[in-house]
Parts: sequence; C-alpha cells; structure tokens
Amino acid sequence: MNVKDISDQGPLWEVFIQSKSGIPHKHAGSLHAPDAEMALTAARDVYTRRGEGVSLWVVQSNSITATTESDSESFFDPADDKVYRHPTFYTVPEGVKYL
Amino acid sequence: MSRDQALIEYLIRLGDNALIIGQRLGEWCGHAHQLESDIALTNIALDNIGQCRLLLSEAGQIEGKNRTENDLAFFRDEKDFRNSLLVEQPNENFGHTILRQYFYDVFQFYLYSALKSSGNEFLSGFAAKSLKEVSYHRKLSSDWILRLGDGTSESHLKMVEALEYLWPFTFELFEMNEIDATLMAENWVPDLSEIEKKWRNEVEAHLSEATLEIPDTMGYKATGSRKGHHTEYLGFLLAEMQAVPRSMPGAKW
Repeated sequence: MNVKDISDQGPLWEVFIQSKSGIPHKHAGSLHAPDAEMALTAARDVYTRRGEGVSLWVVQSNSITATTESDSESFFDPADDKVYRHPTFYTVPEGVKYL
Repeated sequence: MSRDQALIEYLIRLGDNALIIGQRLGEWCGHAHQLESDIALTNIALDNIGQCRLLLSEAGQIEGKNRTENDLAFFRDEKDFRNSLLVEQPNENFGHTILRQYFYDVFQFYLYSALKSSGNEFLSGFAAKSLKEVSYHRKLSSDWILRLGDGTSESHLKMVEALEYLWPFTFELFEMNEIDATLMAENWVPDLSEIEKKWRNEVEAHLSEATLEIPDTMGYKATGSRKGHHTEYLGFLLAEMQAVPRSMPGAKW
C-alpha cells in the first residue's frame, strides 16, 4: 500500500485491540505514525500500557470506507420496526441448553 | 575486594545507568515532536526507573547500612555515580536521543540476556524480568534508527552528527575492572568483551543498513565513569533530579 504523508506527523492509523484471545478486535482509537510497523509500536505504547490486550491491528485510516450521515436513513432505519430479528423476541423453550 | 562489595558496586553501576537514562528520557515529557513519541520515550524512562529501583534497593540491602533506593539516588554526589558517560549525554534532538538509546538498548539486551543465567539469584531474576522490557526498547530504537538514518537528507545528516558525537562514548560500556573480575570468578556476571562482540556485530550491521557509517574517532575513547569521573553534564542533571529531596528531606507525596 502506498503510504502518503497527510500531515507532518505521518499518516493517521486506526488501532484495534483484542483484549483476550478468541474474541474480536475492538476499535481503541487512532494515532500518527510514518508506517505500519511504527504504528504498531506506537499503538503498543499509547493503548496497551495497562494490560489492555493480547493482539493489535493497525489500519491506515484512509483505507476505511465509511457510511455517511446521508446514508443512515436507507441503511439503518428499515431495521427499526423489525423486532423479530432480535433473539430476545423469541421465548426460549425450557430445558434448552447452550443458547 | 569481597564478593558482596563487588556485587554492591555492580548493582550500583547497572542501577545508575538505568536511573540516569530514565531521567534523561523523562526530560522529553511534553516536548517530543508528536504525542506518540512522547509517550514512547517516557514509557522507556519509566521502565528504566523501575529497573533502577530494584537494583539500588538490592544494593542498599546487601550493604546493610539502612540506605534505601532513595538515599542512593538522591543523596549521592556526582563522583559516586557509576553510570556510563553515554547515558548522561544531553538529549540534543530526537535523533540524537534515539541513537544514544539504541546503543544503550542493544548493550542492555545482551548484558541482561547473559545475566539471565547468572549464578546469583537476584541478578538472574532481575534480568529475566527486565529483558522483556529491554527487548521492546531495542525494537523501538532499532526501528527509528533505520527510518532516521535512511530517511530524508535532513534526518540522515542529524544522525551522522549524532553518531560522530556519541560513538566515542560506546567503548566505555564494556570496560571491566576488579568488580567484574571478582564477580566473574563466582559465575555471577558475564565477560563484557563477549557482550561487546555481540553488540558490535549487531550495531555495525544495523547502522550500515541505515546507511550510516561508523566514524573514525582517531583512537579516541571517552572513559572515566568506572572511577566516578563524569562529563560536565551529569552535575546539572543531578542538580535538577536531586533538588526536591535535598531541599525537603523526607518529604512524602
């Protein structure tokens, strides 16, 4: 990937931390670094000083494609009236384990 | 020299290195070129202060004169400090600080790797615990050396200047005296000439990868710290570091 300088501090990176093995990485914040490897070390120093994680991902911010405010009606509103899509809508029969 | 006396001196040597480089790195707090580096440098500072506390406390305990880590850090004078001249050199600029750190990190890495199998229980335990921190410091400073040395023409030039200034201070890290001889006989500490070989292999290869040439110092090697002879910079550092505990002895948070 072509890492272009977007400020005098280097490009912006988004940091994702996995707090325990097996569970998903969660977004923790962002930082500036000249390249991916340095972004990882910076992420270690800025976001995992207190034992927050066991694994780190960094992604250059400009490679993330995001929805915009104007998308939100068509993207998210249709789900508002479909409560049956939540598992809590259904009664769990007695005696069922591991749900 | 008795075995205990030599061990106290050795612990003070290691402890003073960690203390002084920790203090120097702490000076960057709030001043680095970006928040990320500010935090990275002060993290390394705190790791070193942590190591220093273990080392000086142990030295005080073996000595048995009720001197605590604080007594040793804040109430000794310049001539009693045994840190190498390298770590007391001023920060100058970020590249200069990183190069000083790199030399020290690689030294610490090989020294602690060897101390891990020390016959002395404190030294081996200390080294095993601290090596994890030091391995990270070494990675961080190595990464920066490549990027600054082989970076822009300005960063390269700054690294060349830093290298010319700091290179003569690297030899002293490996100087040995009676303390080393006494403890080597016990199998407690490594032969520093072995550490020097590993250090030199790694540093020479890495600097060359970073397009940096080792300067010709015309045989000049800075020396003196093993006897308490320091450069002019240590006194100022100590004055700042020791001012509060000396003006208010026994003050507590």
